[in-house]
Amino acid sequence: MRALCWLGADGLGVREVPDPELRNSADAIVRVRRSATCGADLPLLGGRGPSLAVGDVLGHEFLGDVVEVGPGVRRHRVGDRVVVCAAVACGGCWYCRQGLYACCDNGSTGAAVAEQAWGQPTGGCYGQPRSAGGFAGSHAEYVRVPYADVGAFAVPDPVDDDRAVFASDAVPTGWLGAELGEVRPGDVVAVWGAGAVGQMTARAALLRGAARVVVIDRYPDRLRSAERHVGAETLDYQATDVAAELRERSGGRGPDVCVEAVGMAWDGTGPRSLADLFAAAGRGGAVPDRPIAVREAVHACRKGGTVVVLGTFTGFVDTFPLGAVMHKALTVRSARQHGQRWIPMLLDRMARGEISTGHLATHRLPLEQGAHGYDLFRERADGCLRAVFTP
Amino acid sequence: MGRGTRGARAVARTAGVVAAGAVTAARALRGPGRAGRCRPADVTGRAGRWQVVTVDRPPERVLPGGRRPEPLRRLGDGVEVALRPAPGGRGTELAARSAGGGPLTGPAAHLVGDDPGLLIRETLRQVKQLAETGELLRPDRSPLDGPVGPG
Repeated sequence: MRALCWLGADGLGVREVPDPELRNSADAIVRVRRSATCGADLPLLGGRGPSLAVGDVLGHEFLGDVVEVGPGVRRHRVGDRVVVCAAVACGGCWYCRQGLYACCDNGSTGAAVAEQAWGQPTGGCYGQPRSAGGFAGSHAEYVRVPYADVGAFAVPDPVDDDRAVFASDAVPTGWLGAELGEVRPGDVVAVWGAGAVGQMTARAALLRGAARVVVIDRYPDRLRSAERHVGAETLDYQATDVAAELRERSGGRGPDVCVEAVGMAWDGTGPRSLADLFAAAGRGGAVPDRPIAVREAVHACRKGGTVVVLGTFTGFVDTFPLGAVMHKALTVRSARQHGQRWIPMLLDRMARGEISTGHLATHRLPLEQGAHGYDLFRERADGCLRAVFTP
Repeated sequence: MGRGTRGARAVARTAGVVAAGAVTAARALRGPGRAGRCRPADVTGRAGRWQVVTVDRPPERVLPGGRRPEPLRRLGDGVEVALRPAPGGRGTELAARSAGGGPLTGPAAHLVGDDPGLLIRETLRQVKQLAETGELLRPDRSPLDGPVGPG
């Protein structure tokens, strides 16, 4: 089959790779209809975090048709149109029973390596290095889906492919952000990042009853998109003092919940603070992973409020304002998404029109143009929010 | 107790006083088969650290029939095994360690790439996964298993 592979120094390219096969009884094979780029891919492509191997297939946000099932699969049959949660989880361990699917004990074949990196093994994900799962990605004609009864969900007819694909990752991640923040009616919520996850977080906060949701970014097209499709207010951080604006819009208190949906994908325009300059000086000028949006969120958040870290970080960060966390009695929470918990509910909301996602697919491309799609996505070029590939 | 920590000693103590329902299973752990006495790990002074996993199943599901399941049997007599109910309804804590007298353990063994603790830990993970999911999760075939074709 054809798949978009990481080729090392040569970047990305579509290559012929072996078809996936059933490896466990609970597996299904899915013929991919749509597969989307995600900000979590960018650190991998940039050489930050665990290393891909040459030939690894990228992609983890997808939907498609079931074409083969193992003997242990009960909930799905050949022909089902399913969206597949980007996180791989067994459904049978203690963490899965608590709804913490991304923490699954049995969702990755790289447990030993993850234990070294994080102290505990975590659940798997498609299209990541072997240490983060061991499962090929979805930018391909076919993909193997382990624990298919747990991670694959039938898509309601009213939700078309271009909308449903985001139920795999962006929508549940956004829902997670609002849930971790325990957003309540009347809250003021600030979201850093107007990408797909930031927009879905803002929408989730509004659906939970937030009185005011402010999305912060610097790209005008993304800010317009958040206003138009999500119903959020926006701030351009290059045009204003974000902290002062947020104070003004929250009665001087600061937002009740601050969600960072940026991670390592921040614009890369160099140090934006004295803290970064000091950190860089200590490393011979090299700029470390910069939790800039996390810092701003901690600074802006009201006393006793909650800061949620949704963006992807792969290692260590410098200059984290721990003092502010303590003195302001903040709660800091983070997670990768536990989509298995919410995807059916989210698909229903999408079918009812409560959550709009079609606008996120700004660039629909054939798989053969996958490398170009990632260029657009990485550079935020041509208004790219997400590139979505059709094999 | 060799290199045992407080937590490991607690597990070791508990291994001798497991709840009545688990006694049969605990006895069965003392060897690759159904019987056999456990040699105290600290006789040689070189017993490894206890490796422990919590299995979200009751003891009888972790050790069906009171016998060591296959992944543990492969380790043979050189490994002590203990189990006890996990607090808070979390299932069963399953522990194992090298009984001592074998190759190097701990950091020294790690440095030479022959740490039995790693093997034991991996084996415990397999036992846990078999109990919780019924089979061992296999990775996709790696691109390294076969050549990637031209574009």
